[in-house]
Parts: sequence; structure tokens; C-alpha cells
Amino acid sequence: MSIPAIRNDWAVMAIFTVAVLTAPLWLAPIGANYPDLLQKFAIFGIFAIGFNILFGLTGYLSFGHAVFLGVGSYTAVWSFKLLTMNVLPAVVFGTLMGGVFAVLIGYVSLRRSGIYFSILTLAFAQMSYNLAYSVLTPITNGETGLQITMNDARILDGPVGDGLPSTTLFGLEMSGYSGFYFCATMLIIAFFISLRIFRSPFGLKLKAIKSNQTRMKYTGFNTRPYLLVAFVISGMFAGLAGSLMAITDPLAGAERMQWTASGEVVLMTILGGTGTLIGPLLGVGIIKYFENIFSALNEAGLHEFFAFMPDWLENIVVAVSSEFVGEGWHLTLGVLFMLVVIFLPGGVMEGIRRTTAVVRNLSKGPEKKAAESVGKE
Amino acid sequence: MSDDKKTSELSRRGFIKVSAAAMAAASSPMFFTKGAWAANEFRNNPGDASSVKFGFNVPQTGAYADEGADELRAYQLAVKHINGEGDGGMLNTMKPLSLKGNGILGKKLEYVTGDTQTKSDAARASAKRMIEKDGVVMITGGSSSGVAVAVQGLCQEMGVVFMAGLTHSNDTTGKDKRRYGFRHFFNAYMSGAALGPVLEKEMGKERRAYHLTADYTWGWTQEESIKNTTEALGWETVAAVRTPVGAGDFSQYITPVLNSGADVLILNHYGKDMINSLTQAVQFGLRDKQVNGKNFEIIVPLFSRLMAQGAGDNIKGILGSTNWHWSLQDDGSKAFVKSFWQEYGFPPSQAAQTCYVQALLYADAVERAGTFYPPEVIKTLEGHTFDGMGNGPTEYRAADHQCFKDVLVVRGNENPSSQFDLLKVEQIVPRSQVEYDPAIFGGDLGPYEV
Repeated sequence: MSIPAIRNDWAVMAIFTVAVLTAPLWLAPIGANYPDLLQKFAIFGIFAIGFNILFGLTGYLSFGHAVFLGVGSYTAVWSFKLLTMNVLPAVVFGTLMGGVFAVLIGYVSLRRSGIYFSILTLAFAQMSYNLAYSVLTPITNGETGLQITMNDARILDGPVGDGLPSTTLFGLEMSGYSGFYFCATMLIIAFFISLRIFRSPFGLKLKAIKSNQTRMKYTGFNTRPYLLVAFVISGMFAGLAGSLMAITDPLAGAERMQWTASGEVVLMTILGGTGTLIGPLLGVGIIKYFENIFSALNEAGLHEFFAFMPDWLENIVVAVSSEFVGEGWHLTLGVLFMLVVIFLPGGVMEGIRRTTAVVRNLSKGPEKKAAESVGKE
Repeated sequence: MSDDKKTSELSRRGFIKVSAAAMAAASSPMFFTKGAWAANEFRNNPGDASSVKFGFNVPQTGAYADEGADELRAYQLAVKHINGEGDGGMLNTMKPLSLKGNGILGKKLEYVTGDTQTKSDAARASAKRMIEKDGVVMITGGSSSGVAVAVQGLCQEMGVVFMAGLTHSNDTTGKDKRRYGFRHFFNAYMSGAALGPVLEKEMGKERRAYHLTADYTWGWTQEESIKNTTEALGWETVAAVRTPVGAGDFSQYITPVLNSGADVLILNHYGKDMINSLTQAVQFGLRDKQVNGKNFEIIVPLFSRLMAQGAGDNIKGILGSTNWHWSLQDDGSKAFVKSFWQEYGFPPSQAAQTCYVQALLYADAVERAGTFYPPEVIKTLEGHTFDGMGNGPTEYRAADHQCFKDVLVVRGNENPSSQFDLLKVEQIVPRSQVEYDPAIFGGDLGPYEV
């Protein structure tokens, strides 16, 4: 493999940090540099990184990861309602609660592997969704979603003044760009943890489970604890992501736990590249970009975009492409997903790898020739 | 980047250069972060721009997609009329009227759209996009009270006016009312108050009712309001069963009705849910049954023509209430139906009417206030009385931002003369009969300045 690998993890971290913090700038040309979408990139980035620790390293495909996302959100909103509008307790409790649920669900589900594991997690997720949707309405406020109100207890903050309070980090409001930078900081920390796990002996054991669990067991390892730890870590990542969702927008709805939400993170990870460090983040970027930008395009916008064409051609192109934008954005995503799975089973990361390999071969060519000609003289 | 360690292709010098440049770039967005209000006086102030944008946030997918599509048609028509294109529609009948047919305050009106997916999360995300990215001055739309309440809360935080579309829950202008949210549509309380006397006349005082209720804020409040009304008549409520939104198959909920001893089924459903539950109830033979010596009856408290269209023959003879119907013969309704029909080839639904009116009302309020500054626009709308928009004399009550107007009691038409003539207006219930004290639902509007 000819991959531009950087020897030093600190260099990886430095580049990653800079890339994340400058996202508002380099995303500007494609119209994705507004706070809400940037926050989503960061939040789902954490979610996908966490998912990848489980799926990418151990190969256990959880189809119910959105549970932890929802649990994190509900916990965070309850922390806003009962304790304080400060975001730190929300983050801590959200992450821990994600972990607690992961222990419970993981303990049961990890008794099985393969498709049975996936089905079990899916069943738990659907169960939690239905509980949140109707049975537990006093805690979750059902379909309307849990929101903060003016007469919440908030024992640390005391009564609020005029209007609804907003989430703060010691006075700094967590909406807009400050919210993004908070999420981005969390993403960087999450990425660092994930990087350390990938490089650690623990990560190596997880990879060994993926490649051959039976052999692993014969060599004397009890794999279950490792799996459970991986599951809990990834559940905590999801809990963190969920609490961040509630921080940037203090509302928690049951649909966050629906199977479509669980499926989304699977798509993101596969689309980007399973088992790679950066891949899931790319998947998140692509899917969230499609969801937010493509779904908002309409025919008028397309006409503007294709205005350089002659009229008759413009009309045809717009008529065809309008099926793929707006409410048809799922169609575009589906096509893209199929193409990636068929031609690049390793996701976008494999595409990048192949391209760099081609580029390197091309650039090596002339150098070699030059070197040879020098040698002759 | 891969997870195994290989030699670096990036030279140290190159790396330092790149990171230095990136760091410098990273610090620059810090300058744009704070104080939308402080710098511009208010969020999304159009200033000297030659155009302004509205955000149309409607369900394009999910159980309420039909309503959403019709809402969007109405909005596009409203934009045309406000910009002085087309035949002007209700601008010809609206009283009082400040709009001049040259946009709003001389600025051309443009719009952006978003899909709420009938989910609070998705609706808020798309509203946020419109506010943060597209810079809209007003958000309107929605076809579910859950969504309306969620988006309304967001708009209050963001300081952008929200003109609610189709939302019928008492909570929208009750417990969850907001200073920046306005509702033209009627609510569940009004449905109950309007239906009460008609039900008494039709079905008497001794009935046993069974509720099937969409399990969210709208369903709950409608169930409560209808229960209050019917129990005041002397009816008994046998059971009230909650069903998930978008369930599709309601047979498991309808079978128990047969054995419950109830003789009235009240469907607190809307959109495709109502089409499915009503169709299945009729297929199960409920309407042909005799219970307690009385004909079994079905009531759909909130009706719309789109649903009637979906339910086909099953709707015939069924009672319900509605905000507006295209067959009304006042000038405003006629003007609106005419331009809508010309544009799209069929009459507008009640969702279309309420959304069209909401867009016009906001535009008119800005024109009268002479500014887009939200607190001024809100004060102009509060307590505003108007006429000629299809519902007779109407008032935006200042205390809860709810419109008060006449309510229609309708019945599924037994002999429709066309594919659109599906509902017959049974009675126009005057405003005085459906009015209530704003204090009964509680809630707090919150501040003008956010």
C-alpha cells in the first residue's frame, strides 16, 4: 500500500485540529459554512467515530446505536431542566448515561455475534424508541419532544428572568459559532481518544477479534470483556454526541432514536470507509451536506446553476436533475451509496487511496526517467 | 490516513508552513461570531438589500406530505401576489390593506423552502438553515403541532417571526405560546365548541364514545377538548386509545372498538392517518352496525378536503369541523379560489388558505409597521382585526396570538357534483360561540426583544 502515512501521531492531531477549526473557511465555497451545519458535522463526526470503534475495529455491526444518541440528548435536556443551563454537567451526564445504557444493552446483545447481534441491537433500539415515544411520555414528552420551559427547577441557576434561558459555557452562549467551536473541541478530543485506541494494544486485540475471534479464544483470550468495553466506549461517544445535540439546540425528540437514525450512522461509516480513522468523518460530511444543501435546492436554483446552457438543453437538464434534489435528495444519496459500495468497497477512503497511488505513479514516472538520464551522462 | 505507521511524505518544513497558514485562517471566523443584534440591530435585517426572503418550512415527506405540498403551492401564489404578479388574489379583498403589490417595503420578495419531514428535529434543522444560511426574515409553514411548537420555540430564541401553518393543538397558542409565534388556523377547543351543539342535535345526549387519538400534542389536546364537549352533553367516554403517528395499519386499534359497547367512534387523526383509520373503520363494517339500539357513528373532529379526497366514499355523511372550505361564497374566498385554480387546476385546501393568509398578513404588517424590526411587526400584528380573507371578520388576539373567527362544521357530501365537491358546509358557527378566556391554557408569551 502506498499511503501518505504520517509517522507522528502528534502531527496527525495537529493537522486534524487545524482542519476542524478552519472548517468555517474551507467549507465556504460549497455553501456549508453556517453554524447549524458545522455543528452537525462535528456532532455526527463524534457519533461516527464512536461507532467506528465498535464496527470498524471489532466488526460487530450495531444497528441500534441511535439509542445512545437519544439517551444522551434526553439526559442533557433534563440536566438543563433540573440543574443548570451550563453545558458541562449536560456533557458529563449525557456521556455517562450513554455508557450506562451501553453496558445494559451490550451485556445482553454481545452474547451473540454477526447478524444476531445486529438484530438484538436493532430490537433494543426499537424498544427504546417506542418507550420514549409513548410509554415514557412523562419523562420524554412523547412525540412533541422534551423542551426546556421557563418554570423548570434549575436548582443551581435559580429562577430565570425574561424569556427562555439559553445554554451557556460559563456565560458564553452555545449557539452559533461559539456552539460550533465547543463541538469542534469535543470532536478533536474524541478523535484523539479514538486515535489512541487504534494505536493501542487494546485496539490491536479488537482488530484480532474482527479477523478471527475463534483463534483469539484458542490463544487464551476471553474476548467478551474487550467487546463490551469497545461497545461501552462507542456508546459513550454516542451519548456525548447526543448531549451536544441538546446543547446546540435544547430539544430532545424520540425520532432521534428511530432505526433510520441508527441506519444513518452505519451508512456514514461505510460510505466514508470502515475501520479507518478519517473515513467516518468524510461519510458524515457527505451525508449531512446532502441532507441540508441538496434537499434545499429547487428548480429555480437549478435554472440559475445551469444558466450557461442553451435554453432547450437547460430545460432538459433541469427537468432531469430536479428529480435528484429537493425532496429527491435521498435518491442522489442512494445512487452515490450504491456506486461507492460497488466500486469502492472501502468507502471514500479507498477512493482517496487509489487516487493518491495513481498520482504517485504518474509523478514518479518522470523523476525516474530524469534520474536515469542523469546516470547516463 | 491509515492506521499503520509509514514514512511521512510531508516534509517538516512543508508541515510547518501549512499549519502556520491554517492557524492564521482559523482565527479569522472569530470576528464574525458574536452579536447579530448588536451589529445589525436585529437578526437578518435586510437593510438596503433589494430583496427579502421568506422561509417556507413544510412537510414534503411523511404522513402530512399532501398538506405540505398544498401549503407550498399557496405560498408560491402569495409570493407572486405580494410581488404584484398574477391577478392579486386576496389583495383585492383584504381589508385593511397596506401592501402595494411591489413586494414588501419596496423590496422584492423571494423564498427558500425546507422539508420538515413532520419531525421536530428535522424541522428545527431546516428552520435553522433558513435563518443562519439563507437569512430569512420570517419562517412559516408546518403541518403538525409538534413541529409548530418546536419551530416556534426556535424562532423565539433566534428572534425571527414564525407564522404557523396547519397546527390545531391548543398548546400552540396555549401552554407553548411564544411572542414570535402567530396562528391563523383554529384549534381543538374551537372544534369541540363548534361541534357540540351539532352533535347533540344529530346524535342525542346518550352516547358512548370511543376515541382513537394520534399520539402527540395535537391528538392529546383534541381528545381533551372533544371529551370536555361531549361529556358536557352527557356522553360517556368508553376509552381513549393512543395510536402512533404514521401507523398505516389501524386494524389492531379498530377491532376492540367493536366489542367495547361504544356507539360513536371519534377519530383524532389527521392526514394519511385519518384516511387509513377511517377507511379501515368503514371496512370493518362499523357504520352499518347498531349498538345500544342506535346507529353507530363516526366523527372526525378535524376535517380537510385533501383527506376527504383520500378517503373516497368512506367520508360520506361523516361530521367534522374545518377552518375554511373552497366552496365559501364570500369575496375573499372566491378571489383566492379563482387565482389558485387558474394556477394549479384544482381548488385550494384549508391548509393552503391558512398559509396563504399567514404570508399576506405578515407582509402587510411589515408594510404597516414600516420596518422589518420583529418587535414592531409583532406589535402591529397583535390585536389586528381584518376582513376579506375568507373567514369573515377576524382578530389576532394580543393575549395569545390566536386568530378568532367563525368555524365551519362540515359533513362528507353524499352526492358530490365533482371530484372536489366532497364536503358540505353544514353550519357556520359564529366566533362568539367558540371564544374562550386565554388564561385557561396558561403559558407565557415571553419578551419582545430577544
